[in-house]
Amino acid sequence: MSGRHAEESATPGGGSTVEGTGPDRAAQAPVAQPDPEVSQPRTPETGRTGRPNEDVDAPLDHRPGVSGVATPGGGWRKADGPSAQKREGRKRKGGGRRGGGRDGDPTVGDADFQSYYGRQIVKSAVWKTPDVPLYLFLGGAAGSSAVLGAGAEFTGRPALARVAHLVAGGGAVASVGFLIHDLGRPERFLHMLRVFKPTSPLSVGSYILSPFSTAAGGAAALTLLGSVPAVRRSRGWLPRLVRSTGLRRTASVGAAAFGGPMAAYTAVLLANTATPSWHEPGNQLPFVFTGSALAAGGGICMALTPVDQAAPARRAAVVGAAVELAAMHKVEHDHGVVSEPFHIGRAGKLLRIAKACTAAGAVGATVVGGRRWGAAASGALLAAGSLLTRFGVFDAGMASSKDPKYVVIPQRERMAARAAAQEAPPTP
Amino acid sequence: MSQISSASPAFTGNDPENRLFGPLPDVTGEAGYEPDHPARVGFFTDTSVCIGCKACEVACKEWNTLPMDDADGNRDALGLSGMSYDNTGMLGANSWRHVAFVEQSREVDLPMPGIGLPAAPGQGAGSGGGCGGSCGSAETPSHAKADGVTIDQHSVLNAQALSSFDPQMAQSADREIRWLMSSDVCKHCTHAGCLDVCPTGALFRTEFGTVVVQDDICNGCGYCVPACPYGVIDQRKDDGRVFKCTMCYDRLTDGLQPACATACPTQSIQFGDLDELQARADARLATLTEQGVTTARLYGRDTDDGVGGAGAFFLLLDEPEVYGLPPDPVVTTRDLPSMWRHAAGAAAMLVGVALSGFLGRRR
Repeated sequence: MSGRHAEESATPGGGSTVEGTGPDRAAQAPVAQPDPEVSQPRTPETGRTGRPNEDVDAPLDHRPGVSGVATPGGGWRKADGPSAQKREGRKRKGGGRRGGGRDGDPTVGDADFQSYYGRQIVKSAVWKTPDVPLYLFLGGAAGSSAVLGAGAEFTGRPALARVAHLVAGGGAVASVGFLIHDLGRPERFLHMLRVFKPTSPLSVGSYILSPFSTAAGGAAALTLLGSVPAVRRSRGWLPRLVRSTGLRRTASVGAAAFGGPMAAYTAVLLANTATPSWHEPGNQLPFVFTGSALAAGGGICMALTPVDQAAPARRAAVVGAAVELAAMHKVEHDHGVVSEPFHIGRAGKLLRIAKACTAAGAVGATVVGGRRWGAAASGALLAAGSLLTRFGVFDAGMASSKDPKYVVIPQRERMAARAAAQEAPPTP
Repeated sequence: MSQISSASPAFTGNDPENRLFGPLPDVTGEAGYEPDHPARVGFFTDTSVCIGCKACEVACKEWNTLPMDDADGNRDALGLSGMSYDNTGMLGANSWRHVAFVEQSREVDLPMPGIGLPAAPGQGAGSGGGCGGSCGSAETPSHAKADGVTIDQHSVLNAQALSSFDPQMAQSADREIRWLMSSDVCKHCTHAGCLDVCPTGALFRTEFGTVVVQDDICNGCGYCVPACPYGVIDQRKDDGRVFKCTMCYDRLTDGLQPACATACPTQSIQFGDLDELQARADARLATLTEQGVTTARLYGRDTDDGVGGAGAFFLLLDEPEVYGLPPDPVVTTRDLPSMWRHAAGAAAMLVGVALSGFLGRRR
């Protein structure tokens, strides 16, 4: 309908947003004076609306086929009185198209995306800080320590085994504590175990954490109890059982079996959300987290173990640090705008320090890890790097959920790519 | 007797196809209900007739006894958002309907005398002298010449003219103003992220195909909150549990319509069987398109979309993100199998690296 009158458009400034106005606007344009009274007598019925009658028949949009990112909806812009603009400037610094052009000009300042008053689209995770980042760190350190503990148990490294069991057990029990504390209804934590759902990483994680913390906590408890003088001397069956190598080894193997999944599942826990900066790098985050877990577990164990038994922990820590740095590099660079939160703000700062710590710790472990002070210093650096990585990744995700651009832009790009693929000639 | 499962259809063993993603014609049956379950119901929210009265919000709050909160979800706080007539702000634990207000303007070029069609200005000047009813007849030939249907459109009694009369639009100086109003609600997705990730089974699929939280099961883990691609479900901080629209499950079981649809004075919110609503929406879209509303589009109607089609879908007049909706939402669980595979690889890497350290030299 509107196309029929395109050539009749009598309005000046044909290149502006009302180009191709509706038929009646085109037809009436000459008679519609600035004074609206002029046109009303002509059609008294429409005059009842109290508005110029050219509006009556005007369709909502006069330009067919001009919807899209660049020129959405026929030039409609959010009405931007000065106060509105100021408000929005306060609310969101930078980003968004609203900082730019006045309404009616679809090109100027048309940065990249639209939003509803700059408000976030997806909800941010309600997980508490520092509970959850600490849980990510402790669970990882405990998971890799458990594997180291089992290895040490069977290769005659009692000092390393002792330290690894204690780190794994302590980390696991603390993890459970943090996880329960994070629940909105902590007294209902056992509800986690009333169903098993592979679609829920938290459900899967509950079935990893429960046996893991039981086994790792058991191995740690046996290690601790075994060194209590009264238990060591007593000849009763219970102290003998506590001292038995078999039971401790069984527990350590059990913990080691769940150690890998324990360190890896938390990455899926974060990635399987609509939070852009967690979801997009979902295939790399498990490697960041397990690498980070190796660096932390290996680092802590090597710092606390006599150097003549600490070599396996050292090697694990160095390799883990390398994996963490490599995977994190991909997370930070492979995902376009969604990678941005890893570079800016608090998350960016944390991750830069984390990288420095991890790299320094890995180099230190390689060069001076054979000496006690070197092992302690580089182990501490590796653990700090891992801890900061967890906080940084957590923060980056939270930041990405708060800004609608990280939701809208990738989805727009996805839609554009899909449209382009459809337009392309079908390949046989 | 089959078991009602709160797991995704992928793991109930009922459906070999589209288990995590894609169209799922009988989502209720896939959840484990017997074949004689009720038809899937839904909302069709036609924003082109929404007048922003917020009756839906009030009815929802009243029926579900939701507490007061401000635009940022702070409980028992009374606050103005300071951005528009929208002081609800967003969907959340205490707001299960949210009417978005978007005020838009565009410049219009005021028709000036002497510019335009050569023949017309004379007429314009003539009528500018304040003519009465004769003006209409004087101009008739001109309009008839311009377009045969124009005269008809000037009559308010004309059905087409009436239907294209738009109460959401007004003119102010050199600007046209329009208000977009849209009552947002939980989408009750075919593939619901919240339902997929809930570790306790508190979220479940009802016999009506909707998604509901059981508040006696929810332990407040909060996983569903960031999992929703629309940002609908949220935690009530002082309570600990999560809450969202139930599509008035209690009313549905008694044969009533949801409170919001009952209260809506313009039938912007329509409730009914989903397939019937979809047909109605398609017809409405066709009508609007025919009338030249080229920006009208259905949102959440397509069963091939990222959530397998929504149980509550919308007719929008602008891009979804203008209303605060994600333009191309995808259920997060679509990518979960790949994530699990990578996690398994990463876990194996950890074990391999840690144990291989024991192989080398003693020191």
